[in-house]
Amino acid sequence: MKYMMLVCVDEATELSPEEAAQIGPATEAWVEEMDRRGIRLQGHELQRVSDATTISVRGGEVLIADGPFAETKEQIAGYDILDCADLDEAIEVAAKHPVARFGKLELRPFWTE
Amino acid sequence: MSQDGGAVGQDGGAAVAEAFRQEWGRVVAALIGMTGDWDLAEECAQDAFAQALKTWPRDGVPRRPGAWLTTVARNRALDRIRRRATETARLRETAALSIPDDPGLDDDESGIPDDRLRLIFTCCHPALALEARVALTLRTLAGLTTAEIARAFMVSEETMAKRLVRAKHKIRDARIPYRVPPAHLLPDRTAGVLGVLYLLFNEGYSASAGTDLVRQGLCAEAIRLARALSQLMPDEPEALGLLALMFLHDARRATRVDDAGDLVRLEDQDRARWDAAEIGEGTVILDAALRRGRPGPYQVQAAIAACHATAATAADTDWTEITALYGQLARMVPSPVVELNRAVAVAMADGPAAGLALVEALDASGALRGYHLLPATRADLLLRLGRRAEATASFREALGLAGTDSERRFLTRRLADLES
Repeated sequence: MKYMMLVCVDEATELSPEEAAQIGPATEAWVEEMDRRGIRLQGHELQRVSDATTISVRGGEVLIADGPFAETKEQIAGYDILDCADLDEAIEVAAKHPVARFGKLELRPFWTE
Repeated sequence: MSQDGGAVGQDGGAAVAEAFRQEWGRVVAALIGMTGDWDLAEECAQDAFAQALKTWPRDGVPRRPGAWLTTVARNRALDRIRRRATETARLRETAALSIPDDPGLDDDESGIPDDRLRLIFTCCHPALALEARVALTLRTLAGLTTAEIARAFMVSEETMAKRLVRAKHKIRDARIPYRVPPAHLLPDRTAGVLGVLYLLFNEGYSASAGTDLVRQGLCAEAIRLARALSQLMPDEPEALGLLALMFLHDARRATRVDDAGDLVRLEDQDRARWDAAEIGEGTVILDAALRRGRPGPYQVQAAIAACHATAATAADTDWTEITALYGQLARMVPSPVVELNRAVAVAMADGPAAGLALVEALDASGALRGYHLLPATRADLLLRLGRRAEATASFREALGLAGTDSERRFLTRRLADLES
């Protein structure tokens, strides 16, 4: 079962210097473990929402807007595509992600026919 | 299929009703286990009971009603899946369904594997909203109709139907596993299941007399489910503790509100009307749980309820024991509400001044701000200390915070007594 794991954080969150120093290596360790277990198929960190562009087409016209599609406090800061046996495994994997301690991880199962 | 024929022509309908209560959850659980399809499982279980209503009064009640019902439901499921497969050419579904013809493959004398534990853990999965867990448990395990559950929770049938559909879709689409959780998840998940059953019980228990019998019926459903859970998890003393707690509360249900629907305090309840059989059963179950030597919050709460239920009069209540039990409970599950109850017990055991000191400390902490029972308790203790003016002020404060009419009427009466 494939899940899109959206890594969500409040961009205003200030990490302590120790936390900030930790987050990189801790994330690398998580990626290494999940790659080894064949769970993480792919993933990436994303640029801040100030770099987002939102596109829609209305009445045949392409509308282009600066910023994210939804103005929310928490924004998507990255994603990982997970291949897990079931939701319990996906929950275990998400709970191990270092961002879970200050941000939120949303698990969205892939649409299947 | 063997039928003993002992009840031919007689009480077939009553036997089906009894089988429905006893076997519905097992049949649905087994069918979900076989097909992985919750809607199909419910439909086929319904078909099987409909079939029983036709044939049992005529041919007699089968020797193993659960096995009979499961076999009929399973055959119906196979038919439907085969038909669907030919219609849509999705033959792999039938290929994946390797169901043997002989229902005697199993675990106990009933002849069918008991999948109810898998079902209840799935219904109570923390990835489902709490209200969905409750509704799904009542629908799939207890066999209540969507309309009954909607009435019990005072929402429209449409809202409840949507809630159930959404939960079943999430189980399927997000792949919530149909299983008893592995050891490392079991303690947390078991606590979650017990929490859902206790919530169910409390929903029924808090329904006032004469309001809605369906709502009060939730107590009986919760007791039935808790009993099943304690049988399915014989090594879990907390399941027994919860069952004991339910019996000990339920024994007092008829006396906790008066004919006008007003709350009656424990000390004012008519003990002669408490259900002695339920108190006896609750006490025996609690003793069995405590013998395992692994106490937990439900066992401790049941022990407190037992102290009240077995006291011949309010004055005979063993408040020293209750104080100690609340202390134990506060260590297990620290919570300001437990602390407030402990303060009440301390006031009874050691005098109102000792209790008031604890209530004041709790008030100062701000942890129960807005909770009407804090000022109500303080008022009661102040009154017992003869501090009437302060008691009046506290009753007024409680009155402003009380959430239900019966609580407001109760506090208004207390105030009137004080001012008269």
